[in-house]
Amino acid sequence: MSTGTVFMPPRHYLNDGYGIRSWLLTRDHKRIALLYLAAVTLFFFVGGAFAVLIRLELATPAGDFVSDETYNKLFTMHGVMMVFFFLIPSIPATLGNFLVPIMIGAKDLALPKLNLASWYIYILGGLFTLYALIAGGVDTGWTFYTPFSTVSSTTNVIPTALGIFITGFSSILTGLNFIVTIHRMRAPGMTWFRMPLFLWSMYATSLIMVLGTPVLAITILLVAVERLFHFGFFDPRLGGDPVLFQHLFWFYSHPAVYIMVLPSMGVVSELVAAFCRKQVFGYGFVAFASVAIAVLGFLVWGHHMFVAGQSVYSALIFSALSFLVAIPSAVKVFNWTATMYRGSVSWQTPMLYAIGFIGLFTIGGLTGLFLASVGLDVHVTDTYFIIAHFHYIMVGGTLMGYLGGLHYWWPKISGRLYNEFLAKLSAGIIFLGFNLTFFPQFILGYLGMPRRYHAYPPEFQVLNVLSSAGASILGVGYLIPMLYLMWSLRYGKLAGSNPWGAVGLEWTTTSPPPTENFAESPVVTWDAYDYQTTVTVES
Amino acid sequence: MDEADADMWKGTPLFPDSASTMAGRVDALYFFLIVVSAFFSVLIAGLIVFYAVKYRRRSPDSVGASFHGGMALELTWTVIPFFITIVIFVWGASVFFAMSRPPDETLNIYVVGKQWMWKFQHLDGQREINELHVPVGRPVKLIMTSEDVIHDVFVPAFRVKADVLPGRYTNIWFQPTKPGRYHLFCAEYCGTRHSGMVGEVVVMDPSEYQTWLSGGAPEGSLASAGARLFQDLACNTCHRPDAQGRGPVLEGLFGKTATLQSGETITVDEAYVRESILNPSARVTAGFQPIMPTFQGLVTEEQLLELVEYVKSLQSLPPVQTR
Repeated sequence: MSTGTVFMPPRHYLNDGYGIRSWLLTRDHKRIALLYLAAVTLFFFVGGAFAVLIRLELATPAGDFVSDETYNKLFTMHGVMMVFFFLIPSIPATLGNFLVPIMIGAKDLALPKLNLASWYIYILGGLFTLYALIAGGVDTGWTFYTPFSTVSSTTNVIPTALGIFITGFSSILTGLNFIVTIHRMRAPGMTWFRMPLFLWSMYATSLIMVLGTPVLAITILLVAVERLFHFGFFDPRLGGDPVLFQHLFWFYSHPAVYIMVLPSMGVVSELVAAFCRKQVFGYGFVAFASVAIAVLGFLVWGHHMFVAGQSVYSALIFSALSFLVAIPSAVKVFNWTATMYRGSVSWQTPMLYAIGFIGLFTIGGLTGLFLASVGLDVHVTDTYFIIAHFHYIMVGGTLMGYLGGLHYWWPKISGRLYNEFLAKLSAGIIFLGFNLTFFPQFILGYLGMPRRYHAYPPEFQVLNVLSSAGASILGVGYLIPMLYLMWSLRYGKLAGSNPWGAVGLEWTTTSPPPTENFAESPVVTWDAYDYQTTVTVES
Repeated sequence: MDEADADMWKGTPLFPDSASTMAGRVDALYFFLIVVSAFFSVLIAGLIVFYAVKYRRRSPDSVGASFHGGMALELTWTVIPFFITIVIFVWGASVFFAMSRPPDETLNIYVVGKQWMWKFQHLDGQREINELHVPVGRPVKLIMTSEDVIHDVFVPAFRVKADVLPGRYTNIWFQPTKPGRYHLFCAEYCGTRHSGMVGEVVVMDPSEYQTWLSGGAPEGSLASAGARLFQDLACNTCHRPDAQGRGPVLEGLFGKTATLQSGETITVDEAYVRESILNPSARVTAGFQPIMPTFQGLVTEEQLLELVEYVKSLQSLPPVQTR
C-alpha cells in the first residue's frame, strides 16, 4: 500500500483565516465541527464532574457527603448535561459535521449558514441551562416527571427546560441539513448503496432528530405553561393526567436513545472496515438495520411505563415491539464480527475502541431483553439495573464509538498523529474502569437498590464502593486523551493524507483537508470499503 | 449509626431474598435470560478475540479477503434471535399476567403515599406509617393512591412494584411465603427526601398477625369511619336506601354495572366511586340530574378511602334496582 510522502499541505481549512472572527463567523462545516467539539467536550466534563460527586456520595450508605437536596440536583444536572448537551450532539455535530460532506465528495453541507446557526442555538440553550445551574440548579431528574416538575419542585425548572427547548432546535436544524445534503450533494457516482455506512446511520439519526425533537419541544412547553399559569395538562388536581406527560416525554426520549447510539454504530462500521481492510459484511443488512432501528424506535416508548399504570394489553404490545428492536441490533453485531473473519485485523487504537464498543453494546443490548420482558421489568425498572443498562448503551456504546471515531479521524482533522502508546493505554483504562463502574450496578439493581437514592441500606455498600472505585479509574481514562490529543496538535508527527491505509473519500484528500475539501471534485466508481480494487487507485 | 456499621460486615448479598409466590417465577425468567446473555456474550467476545488474533495484520500492506456477505448467514442470525425473543416475550408476558391478576379473595389494604411517607390503612381500622404488617400465606392486595406527586411501592423480596399516582387508584398484589422484615422502597423519584421514603413490610405467622390485629383500632373499622363521614358530610340526605333520594341508591351498587347518561356502561369500582365524589358531573348515572356538588378539597385521600370502603360495605342489604 503506497503511503506517499507525508507532508503538511501549505493551504488547509485550519490556516484559511486566523483570528476569532474567522472561527465564530465561519461557514466551513469542518470549523463548525471543531466549534461543536470544543463545546460538547466542555459539557462532557461538566456532566462528568457531577458524576464524580454522585459516586463520592454513594461510597457510603448514609447521605453524608452532600445534602439530599444537592444530591438530587447533582443527578439531575448530570443527566441533563450528558443527554441533551453531550450524547445527542456528540457524534452528529462533531464527526458528522466534519465527515458528511467529505464522505459524499461535497464541498460543504447544503445549508452552511444554517449549520452555523445551529451551533449558536446550541450554545444559547447551553447557556440557559448553565444559568439554571449557577442560579441554584434543578432537582426534577432529567425526565421532568409531572406533577413533581409542575407543582412540587421549587428549583429552576423553567430555565433548564427552556435551555433544552432551545437546544432542540439545533438538533432539528442539523438533522435537516444532513438529510438535504445526503439527498442533494452526493458526488457523481456516489449512489446510495456506495455510501459508507456512517452516512446511512447519520441519515437515520437525522430522521429521528427532525421527527422526534418537536414532540419534546411541545412537551416542555406544556410543562412550562402548567407551571407558570396552572393550566391542567398533567396535574390531576387541575383535571390533567400525569401519565400523559410520560407518554409525550418518552415518545421523544426513547427515539433519542437511538439518536445517541445509531451514529456510534455508524462509526463502528467505519472502524471495523478500516482496521480489517475489508468490506463490512452484509452491507445492505447493516444499512437497513439502521433505518429499521430508527423506525421501530418510535414505537416502543411505552416500555418505560410498564409500572406506571398503563393497561396490561398496551404493556404487552410495547413489550413485543421492544423485542423487535433487538433484532436489527443483533444483526449489526453479528455482521461486525463476521467482518473480522479473514480480515487484516490491525490492533491500532480506533480498533480497540470498536472492539470495546461491540463488547459493551452486546451486554447493554442483551440486558435490554431483561427490560423488554414485562414480568421481569417490573422488578428491575427504576433500580440500578436500569442505570447499568443504559450506561452500557450510552457510555459503553455511544462514548466508545465517539472516542474511537475521534481517534480514527483525528489525523484527518488535525493533520497530526497522537501518541499511540498513551492512546492504547487509555482505551484499556476506560474499558476496565467502565466495567468496574457499571457491572456491579446490575447486581445492585436486581437486589432492589432504587435509582436516585441519596442514602441506601448498608448491605449495598460493597458493590457501591466497587462502582465508585471504577468511576475514578474511568475518570482518569477520559482525562488522558484530552492531554495527548491537545499535545499532538502542536507536537504530533505529521499524518499525511492516509495514515491508516484506509479507503473512503476522506482519505483521498490532504490532512487537514482544504476548505473546499477536495482539490478537484471526486467521481466515484467503486463501492464503499472496496479494498480489493481501490487500494491501488490512491492519488 | 452503630447498628448500620455492624450490619455492614454481615456480608454483601448478591441476590435478593425470595419471599413471595411471584419471586420464584421472576427469578426463573431472570436466570434464563442470564444464560441466553452469557451464551451470546461469550460467543461474540470469543469470536472477536479469536479473529483479532488469528487474522491479525502481518504486513502493513495486507488487505482482507474479498468476502462480504452471505444470505444464509444473515437469515440465520435474524431468525434465531427472533425466535429467542418470542420465547422471552411469551414468558415475560405470562409472568406479568399473573402479577396483574389478583386472586378473587384477597386481604385488601389501602395505601396513601405522600412526600415523604407511606400510610397504610387496614380494613379493621389499624393505621400504620412506613411499616406494613401482613400475614404469611395469604394473598394481599394493596389499593394505592398519592396525595401529591407520583410515588412507587417496591418490595424487592416480593418482586413487585407499581407506581402510586395522584388522582387514581392503582394496585398490586403479592402472597408472602416467608415471615420476616423486608425493605419497602419508594421507587419513583418524588423530591427532596425520596430516599427517606422507605419502610418495611413485616410478614408474620397468621396467629401472630391475629394478635397484632387485635392490638387495637381505636376508631373502629375503615367502613365504620366511612359511615360516620357519610353522615357528617350529609351524603345520606340524597343517597338514601329507600330509593326516594335525589341520588342513586348505593346499597348493593359496588361491583355492579351502571348505565351512564351517555348510554355507556361502566363497572362501579373504587376509581368510579372516587371520581363521583370529587368530580360528580363527569359520569352521571342515567336517570339522575348532575346536581351533586364536588367534594374536591373537602375530603382527604384517606377519608376518600373510608368512604369508598363504606360504599363497598353496603353490599349486604337486599338487592335493589340500581338504575
